[in-house]
Amino acid sequence: MKKLFQTAAASIIALTAAASHAEDIKPAVVFDMGGKFDKSFNEGVFNGVEKFSKETGIKYREFEVTNPSQREQAIRKMAQRGADPIVGVGFAQGPAIEKVAKEYPDIRFTIIDSVVDLPNVQSVVFKEHEGSFLVGVLAAMASENQKVGFIGGMDIPLIRKFACGYAQGAKYAVGSAEVYSNMTGTTPSAWNDPSKGSELAKSQFDKGADVIFAAAGGTGIGVYQAAKDAGKYAIGVDSNQNHLQPGTMLTSMTKGVDVAAYNAFKGAMDGTWKPGLHALGLAENGVDWALDDNNKSLITDAMKAKVKEARDGIVSGSISVHDFTSDSSCPAL
Amino acid sequence: MSSPSKALPAWIDVGVIPLINILLAFFVSGIVILIIGEDPIEAVKIIIYGAFGNDYNIGYTLHYTTNFIFTGLAVAVAFHASLFNIGGEGQAYIGGLGVGLLCLALDQYVPFWIILPLAIIASGLFGAAWAYVPAYLQAYRGSHIVITTIMFNFIAFSLMNYILVNVLIEPGQMSPESRDFLASAQMPTMQEAVGWFGIEIQKSPLNLSIFLALFSCLFVWLFIWHTRWGYAIRMFGFNENAANYSGINTQRLVVGTMCLSGVLAGFVGINEIMGNHNRVMLDFVAGAGFTGIAVALMGRNHPVGIIIASLLFGTLYQGGAELSFEIPTIQGEMVKAIQGLVILFCGALAYMTRPTIERIFTAIVASNGTAKEQTNG
Repeated sequence: MKKLFQTAAASIIALTAAASHAEDIKPAVVFDMGGKFDKSFNEGVFNGVEKFSKETGIKYREFEVTNPSQREQAIRKMAQRGADPIVGVGFAQGPAIEKVAKEYPDIRFTIIDSVVDLPNVQSVVFKEHEGSFLVGVLAAMASENQKVGFIGGMDIPLIRKFACGYAQGAKYAVGSAEVYSNMTGTTPSAWNDPSKGSELAKSQFDKGADVIFAAAGGTGIGVYQAAKDAGKYAIGVDSNQNHLQPGTMLTSMTKGVDVAAYNAFKGAMDGTWKPGLHALGLAENGVDWALDDNNKSLITDAMKAKVKEARDGIVSGSISVHDFTSDSSCPAL
Repeated sequence: MSSPSKALPAWIDVGVIPLINILLAFFVSGIVILIIGEDPIEAVKIIIYGAFGNDYNIGYTLHYTTNFIFTGLAVAVAFHASLFNIGGEGQAYIGGLGVGLLCLALDQYVPFWIILPLAIIASGLFGAAWAYVPAYLQAYRGSHIVITTIMFNFIAFSLMNYILVNVLIEPGQMSPESRDFLASAQMPTMQEAVGWFGIEIQKSPLNLSIFLALFSCLFVWLFIWHTRWGYAIRMFGFNENAANYSGINTQRLVVGTMCLSGVLAGFVGINEIMGNHNRVMLDFVAGAGFTGIAVALMGRNHPVGIIIASLLFGTLYQGGAELSFEIPTIQGEMVKAIQGLVILFCGALAYMTRPTIERIFTAIVASNGTAKEQTNG
């Protein structure tokens, strides 16, 4: 009896120790320019950390940078306040995380969308070209004219990586497919310019495209609206956006930024957080295409079969999707 | 700019009125902060501590101040010739490109003391080149400088983006940024500089460019008020026809003034690219060009006023960032609103309080006068 009591007491102590250890973490997140409600990347991270906060009751510190000098400043400030882990959002924060992580080797950092090679940094990147390839396959098969469009946000290598994967997918499915590609702009305002997105979409429809993939943050809203007005198809990005214009949203290319942010906090809490490079592609379910009630009538069995074939090929390695950022060129575009 | 009335002594015009305007702006900001349920006194404390609380915070404040001095001077110089240079943002951006190209080309071959003067020249030349085209169009073709300089901002954004994405990007990297400069092309930070004298401070973006900024202030003061060219510029600003009639080549004057304005804006590149980031990147100007307009307005286009106004805006930038860090309900937008209120009261509404103050002042002077008369009598 006594022994049993002791064991019980010990296990209770162990449990409380574990619980208090779990509550020990002081997570922090530094959003990048655009802010946490950018309908896209930052918001994905925000959703992830909010989910964590709701589930566990653990509050997190946050900061939205508004100029480039603030990135390092904000991350260092989080570190000074003893935050751990610290999540940095977006490739632009890579250099800042690298500097601060060297100064605070005992604090765990997670950088999303960039690679920082340090023993206390977890780098989460996505193979957007693989996910874009799949929606490219779907776009080309849904297109009657064999002409598909791509509308990017700000003209940066990351978005060209989307465009390049998409073009390859379209040409993989339909060899003669034509791909039109436009970028909304060259400044960060290109992420939130729905009217320009709508204009670009209309001009691509005029050229004969009938499916458009928008990887443009808030600008995409205008593209989806234009597609609905013209009775053509659009493809969403980052999160599942099929519900935005049900019936004309062919699908969405999802990117698990919310999951990455959630896992960074959760992993730190559970002690499963690991540094190093985490490249999340199709095989890791980091990117995918969305199928739900809103678009199931638009996706035929032939399309499903073809996209499955492409997916299996990419996962097994028999199809290699060219990554624009590897050599800054795209043979398919 | 001429003052609307000569009734007030200078110290009230440049000292008391701006101060009252700032207090009004803070008062309205305080009400807004109260409305969202936070303590305004606490907020002011955080702003002041965040800007001046320790050497690290002061470093950030003065780093922003340096930028604003450059862009404020740029706007002020053009203003003396009644030219409204809205293109400081683009000129600073292209100035930074000039610095970056020079540093990337030479940092492997020559030491810092050769790169520094060349980089200063490059930033100035690139900034001036970016101001030259709108200036030429204004002087010889009559296109309005406000419109053309705004447009040139957008061209600068596009050009920088193209160059960074396609030419300067470090291969295999996601972010459109150039490689880091070698040590020979890095402006010593203030931490290193005071380290030479055995003083230790924390590392912040503050670097020796601030001395270039102060030197520029001295130069602008001498140039505008103590040279023939400065006289010509001011004369042109007061009355274009008179300047023309007295034999000044007004077209060359417009181009020359705008180019000088561009040079000063371009120096932001030295502070940000050579002194802070040590690589060419997007968006490093971060609104300093536009803030320069408010700084020049508030500083009454005088270098001393510009230094003070720059310090105020540096405080708002740095203290504002700390504010949104410490009180999460006060977000970045809120801080921008406070900055906007300061600009509104000190810039657009600069003369709103003037009649009242004038009346009070004349009343005081008059009562003093009668008091004197009584004692005399």
